[in-house]
Amino acid sequence: MSDVAVHEADHGTHGHTTTTGLSNNKIAMWLFLGSECLLFGGLISTYMLYRGRVSEGPRPGNVFDIPFTSVSSFILLMSSLTMVLAVSAAQNRDDRGTTLWLTITALLGATFVGGQVYEFTAMYNEGLGFTTSLFGSSFYTLTGFHGVHVTVGIIMLMSVVGIIKRSTIPGDKAEVVELVGLYWHFVDVIWIIIFTLVYLIPA
Amino acid sequence: MAIIERPATAGGVEIAPPATPSRAQGGFKRPVATTGWKSWLFTVDHKKLGIMYGVMAMFFFIVGGIEAVLIRLQLAAPEGKVLSASVYNQMFTMHATTMVFLFVMPMAAAFANYFIPLQIGARDVAFPRMNAFGFWCVLGGGIFINLSWFLGGAADGGWFMYAPNSGPIFSPSHGVDFWTLGLQITGIASLTGAINLIVTVLNMRAPGMSLMKMPVFTWLQLVVQFLLLFAVPVITVALFLLSFQRNFGATFFDVSAGADPLLWQHLFWIFGHPEVYILILPSFGIISEVLPVFSKKPLFGYPFVVFSGAAIGFVGWGVWAHHMFASGLGPVSVAVFSISTMAIAIPTGVKIVNWTLTLWGGKLRFTAAMHFAVGLIVLFTIGGLSGVTHSVAPSDTQQTDTYYIVAHFHYVLFGGAVFGLFSGFYYWWPKMFGKTLNEKLGKANFWLMVIGMNMTFGPMHILGLQGQPRRMYQWTEARAGEGFFNLAFWNQIASIGSLILVVGVLLFLINVVKTARSKELAPLDPWDSRTLEWMTSSPPKEHNFDVIPTVHHLDEFFHRKYQQDPVTHEYKQIATAEEILADQEAHADKHIHMPSPSYWPIVLAATLPIITTGVIYSIPVAIVGGIFLVLAMFGWALEPSTAPETDFDPPAAGESTKELAPLV
Repeated sequence: MSDVAVHEADHGTHGHTTTTGLSNNKIAMWLFLGSECLLFGGLISTYMLYRGRVSEGPRPGNVFDIPFTSVSSFILLMSSLTMVLAVSAAQNRDDRGTTLWLTITALLGATFVGGQVYEFTAMYNEGLGFTTSLFGSSFYTLTGFHGVHVTVGIIMLMSVVGIIKRSTIPGDKAEVVELVGLYWHFVDVIWIIIFTLVYLIPA
Repeated sequence: MAIIERPATAGGVEIAPPATPSRAQGGFKRPVATTGWKSWLFTVDHKKLGIMYGVMAMFFFIVGGIEAVLIRLQLAAPEGKVLSASVYNQMFTMHATTMVFLFVMPMAAAFANYFIPLQIGARDVAFPRMNAFGFWCVLGGGIFINLSWFLGGAADGGWFMYAPNSGPIFSPSHGVDFWTLGLQITGIASLTGAINLIVTVLNMRAPGMSLMKMPVFTWLQLVVQFLLLFAVPVITVALFLLSFQRNFGATFFDVSAGADPLLWQHLFWIFGHPEVYILILPSFGIISEVLPVFSKKPLFGYPFVVFSGAAIGFVGWGVWAHHMFASGLGPVSVAVFSISTMAIAIPTGVKIVNWTLTLWGGKLRFTAAMHFAVGLIVLFTIGGLSGVTHSVAPSDTQQTDTYYIVAHFHYVLFGGAVFGLFSGFYYWWPKMFGKTLNEKLGKANFWLMVIGMNMTFGPMHILGLQGQPRRMYQWTEARAGEGFFNLAFWNQIASIGSLILVVGVLLFLINVVKTARSKELAPLDPWDSRTLEWMTSSPPKEHNFDVIPTVHHLDEFFHRKYQQDPVTHEYKQIATAEEILADQEAHADKHIHMPSPSYWPIVLAATLPIITTGVIYSIPVAIVGGIFLVLAMFGWALEPSTAPETDFDPPAAGESTKELAPLV
C-alpha cells in the first residue's frame, strides 16, 4: 500500500482533481478491508456449518479452554489501545512515542499468536488434528487464517518501526502508521466475532 | 519515463531525453529503457499494460477457441472418436476456465486499464506498480493453469468444479490442483486491480467531472470493480478449502466424511453469479459509448443506464441459488431466488430500452463497431429471454444441465460479452494504435460471427429441450430421434457453425495484421466521438494529456466541438479535434511527473507460481518462494513509486544538463 499517488495536482494552475478528499492509500486500505470481510464471512460460515460435525475426536465444548482464550483475547484487544496511542503519537510527529507504542502493539500481538500456538498444541494433544473431523478442519482453518492475519500485522508493525528509524519512505509517515492501524483494528474486530461465535456460543 | 521536461517557453511539445535514476532503492536501480522489450517488461504505464492485457487475452481466446472446436468436432458425428472421454472432460473444463478467467476478464481489464484514466482525464492509475503486478499475476496464473496439460492432465471437473468431481477419487491427476492454485493467483490480480481502479475513479477525475458526468464505460467498469472486490474473496475461500482437501487431507466437501457438498456450490455461486455481471457489464459499457457516437445522439437516459448498472450490481448478489434449483434447496429458497432472478431482468431490460431509444431517430452510421453493438443488443436479448425461462424454477428443473443452459450462456456471453469486446476493438483501435481497422473486413468478420454463433448455439436450445445433457461425451445414432428434433442433425449444424465462427475470428486476426502493415494513419477523431479519451493524440502520449482538461459537460469532447444555437437549438461545429489538440499543446503543462518503471511488479508476481508449484510438488519449494515473496514486498515498499527528482542523473553523455522547469 506504499504506492505514492500520481499527483497531477503538481502543476499548479490546473490544481484540483475531482476527488473524495481522502488519500489514495487510505481508500485502498478501506476497500481491501471490505474485501477481507467477505473472506472471513466465507470462513466463518464454513465453521458455523461444520462445528457440530464430529465423527471422531473431541467436540467443541471439550477442547476449548475459555479462561485462557479470554486472557489472550483481552491482550489482543489491548493492542488496539496501544495502536491508537501509536497513531496519536505519529500524528503529533513524536517518533519516539510512535516507535514505542508500535513495538508494544507488536509484542501484544505476538503474545496473542504465541497463545494461539500453545492452544493449538494443547488441542492437538487432546486428539484434535487438522483432519480429525470437519469441526477440526474448519476450526483450524478459521482461526489459522486469523492468526496469519495477526502475524502479517506484526510484520507490518515492525516494518513501520524500521521505516521510522531509517526514514526511507517519502510521504506522510503518520498516514503509514494510520493505515497499519486500520488493518490492526480490523483484525481485532474479526477476532471479537470469532471469539464470540466459536468459543462463547455453545455448538 | 519519469520526468518530462519542456522548454520554459510555452507552445513547445519538445520533450527532453529522459533522465536516469541513479540510486538503488529497494535493491535494484530503476529500469530506464524507454524502447524495446525492457520498456514493456518493466513498464507501469496503464496504456502499455492495457495492450499487454489485450494481447494475452487474445492469445487465450485462441487457446479457448481451439478447445471449443475440438469439443464440437467430437460431437459432430455419432460416437465421436476425436477425444477420449477423459480428455473431453478436461477440454470442456479448460474451455470454460480459459474463456471466463483468461479471455473475457483480462480483455475487459485491458479496456479498463487503457481507457478509464483517459476517460476521466487522468495521467495514470492510482497505483501504477500494482497495475503492472496485476498483469503479471494473470499471465503467471494463466500459464500455470495450462501447464497442467503437460503435467498429467488438466482439471476435469467442469468449470464450477462441484464435489465430488473435484475430489481426489474422481480427479486423481494434479489438474484440479493447478486449476485451484492458478485461479488463486489470477484472483489476487482481480483484487488489486479492483482496488486500484476504484481509487482511480473516485480520486483522480479531471476537475469538474462529477460522478454523473463520467462516461458510461467508466461507470459500468466501476460497478464491475466493486463486484470483483466483494466476489473474489468468496471464491478465494472456496479454493482454499478445496486446496486443503486435496493437498492436506481435510474433508470439507467429502460426503462420506459427513460434509455438505452444497457448501461448495453456495460459495462458488456467491462468487459465480456476480462474476456473470463482471463479464457482461464491461461490454454494456463499451456499446453505451459506441451507440451514441454512431447515432450522433447523446445516450438516451444516461442516469437510467448508470443506475440500472448499479442496480444489476446490487441485485446480482441475491440471485446465486438459481444455479442450484435442482439441488433440493426447499420451496422458500427456491421461491425467493426465483423472484429475485426475475427482478434482475428489469434493470437489464431498462438498458436495452435505452440503447434502442438511443438509436431511434439518430443519424445511424453502420460501421463495424456499430454492427457489433447492435448485434449485442439483439443476441443478448435472446440470451436474456432464455435466462428468464431459467428463473421459473419448474422450467429450470427441466433445463438444468442440458444444452439449453449451454445455449443460454453462450448467447449472453458470446453474443453479449464477446460482441461488446469486438465492438470495442473496432471503435478504439484508431485511438490505441493510430490506425483504423479495415471496415470491410470488419463487417465480414461481424456477419460470419453472427451466422456462426447462431448456427452453433441456436440449435442447442432444441438439443437441450430434447434432453441432450451438457458435457455429454458422445451421442449415438440409435438414440438421436427423428424428424425436426433429430439430435444428429442439430449437432452437426452446431459443429459447422463453430467452424464459421473460427473463420470469423481469423478474419479479425487477418485484419489486425493487415492494419499493422498498412501505412495509412487514422484521422485524429475518426468517428466524431464524444468522450475525453479522444481529446488527445492517437496513440495517446505517455502523459495522456498535455494539459488536464476541465470538464463542464457529460460528453465533454462533443461539447468542445459543437455548440447549440440558442434559436434553432441545432448543434453547430465550432472546433475540430485538431484545433482542440493544438490548443492543448499550446498551453501544455511545463512539468509533468510520471510514475517510474520498476522491476518489482514482475519480480513479486513471479514468486507466486513458485509458491503454488511448491504446494503441489514439494513444500520446501513453496517456503523458498514465500521467502522471495516477502523480500520482494520489502523491495517494493522501499522503492518510491515516482522517483524523486534528486535521484536523477544528468541525461546521456554529450548533452548538456537542462534545468528542470520550475513548478508553476
